[in-house]
Amino acid sequence: MRSIFLVFAKEFLENLRDRRTIMAALVFGPVLGPIMLAALLQISTSRGGDSLDEPMTLAVVGSQYAPQLMGLLESRDITIKPVELDEVQARRAVREREHATVLRVPEHFATRFANAAPAPLQLFVDASDRFGGFKEAERVRGVLERYGTELGQTRLLVRGVDPLLLAPIVVQPVDVSTPASRAALMLGILSYLVIFAMLMGGMYLAIDSTAGERERGSLEALLTMPLPRSYLIYGKILATSAYMLIAVSLTVAACTVTLQFIRLEEFGMSIALGPVSALLIVLFVSPLILFGASLMTVVASFTRSFREAQSYLGMVISVPTLPLAFIGVLGLTPTAWLYMVPSLSQHFLLTQVLRGETPSILNVLISASVSLTIGMILAWVAGRLYEREAILG
Amino acid sequence: MIRVSDLRKSFAEVEAVAAVSFTAENGEITGLLGPNGAGKSTTLRMIASLLKADDGRILIDDVDIAKDPIEARRRIGVLSHASGLYPHLTARENIRYFAVLHGMSRPQTDRRCDELQSLLDMHDIMDRRAKGFSQGQRLKTALARALVHAPKNLILDEPTNGLDVMAVRALRELLSALRQSGHCILFSSHVMQEVAMLCDRVVVIAHGRVVAQGTIEELRAQSAEPNLEDAFVKLIGSAEGIN
Repeated sequence: MRSIFLVFAKEFLENLRDRRTIMAALVFGPVLGPIMLAALLQISTSRGGDSLDEPMTLAVVGSQYAPQLMGLLESRDITIKPVELDEVQARRAVREREHATVLRVPEHFATRFANAAPAPLQLFVDASDRFGGFKEAERVRGVLERYGTELGQTRLLVRGVDPLLLAPIVVQPVDVSTPASRAALMLGILSYLVIFAMLMGGMYLAIDSTAGERERGSLEALLTMPLPRSYLIYGKILATSAYMLIAVSLTVAACTVTLQFIRLEEFGMSIALGPVSALLIVLFVSPLILFGASLMTVVASFTRSFREAQSYLGMVISVPTLPLAFIGVLGLTPTAWLYMVPSLSQHFLLTQVLRGETPSILNVLISASVSLTIGMILAWVAGRLYEREAILG
Repeated sequence: MIRVSDLRKSFAEVEAVAAVSFTAENGEITGLLGPNGAGKSTTLRMIASLLKADDGRILIDDVDIAKDPIEARRRIGVLSHASGLYPHLTARENIRYFAVLHGMSRPQTDRRCDELQSLLDMHDIMDRRAKGFSQGQRLKTALARALVHAPKNLILDEPTNGLDVMAVRALRELLSALRQSGHCILFSSHVMQEVAMLCDRVVVIAHGRVVAQGTIEELRAQSAEPNLEDAFVKLIGSAEGIN
């Protein structure tokens, strides 16, 4: 037992002097986390923010044929810019983004309008330009269609027909989303970030204490020490775990502080990340630490060099974590057995805490005990690997 | 004292050590001499309990290595072929780590570090980080690490590889001093002059077998060659004839 602690202490202290470990554990998550959060928020606000009130300019062909309509658009903050283009030119102008969108009023518009026949208007738009021309075209279409509907109703009234006859069914969507649930993507990313930063924090130590130790040639001497080889590896796994705990705590702390400065409610979202939920997150995610540390140690033990270990572990830590970022969007519902899957179960607990809900004790226990059990099995496997002669390489 | 009898070890299809028996006495330097790939390193690794023998017996001061490897390891110091250090630790910290793993107390460790520092003339490197150490400085540190628990038996695998003349001289003096104080020293080499200069007894290994052993004089007599080099070539060459 004492020797496990001695190995742990040496690995822990030695790696405090290793720039790579320090970067991965103390800098990567805590710095990158808040930056990613801020960047994400920037993206979601630029998409979700309301741009209806912003003045825009609309290129119109044949504006002289529908002066009233132009007046209507102008009154909605849409500046009309008369242009002379035929249909082919209009297509090209939009495709080449010369104009965001082009409205074309045909010559016979006024006549058909006067005769109460459907008066056609052409709106050229590049639907692949989702945040530019498409949005503007949608706005113009909205204005025109509302105007058309009103006009139609008036025409019916004039002819003595109740316009309500045109609306036999009215569907009223009732939005039950809460600010927290609207933040699903953010939650997914945040939870992914926490788990990823945690694994990242231990990665270099897991490599250094296995493949690195062998590559440097210090492993042989270490294995001649009078203690079971498995004790050596348990000490190393503990040191890796310690760095992972530090990494995850710092990352959660940094995100918590950052979120105090961002008023998410203004964007119609809310994430419950105060001191208490930050503590809960670290608590719920920590059973995964032993699992991650042992898994990385086992994988790194098979590799021949530091570089090889690095590329394998890169995969090992992103394969189980990357899908987490999208689970919220995919709408995967947590069932009891999903709480038995390490990393997935921690993700569910994390998002629940962030949503301001209290996870059930049972789920917390299932998540923790399964992850810890698998972690211990993996640690034992790592110990067994070091009993083999092949470990000398 | 190290006693080895009928040692055998195969890796997959290759028989690395086929039949090795010898005794390395206390107060003597025993050299394992043989060409590269003869099975010297494999033999030493088995004695250091890094590898398990397929067959045969290894006794370290009467402790059977197969039965009690932990106790056997306490009684030997190993300077392995690749004796890497921890680059972020100072020489002293490197040595101290092995001391505590041997169960030594802090005051004991500190006293021993001071002793080794003078013994190996490490004053200038003791508190420097091992990163960037020269070959000779690395060897000194690794040697101090192997000696930290004051083992009676010392195993060195090709210790002079890559060392400059001065470092080799220092090592030779150290090994002589240890012999004087009654240690059992076993080392491997493929350099004949080195073995001839240092060893009390020589075990000549070729193709995983002991082809001759004895004092330098005995080997010379056995091969009927007055020149040492010719003697070894003859001994090893005849071994090839046996296969």
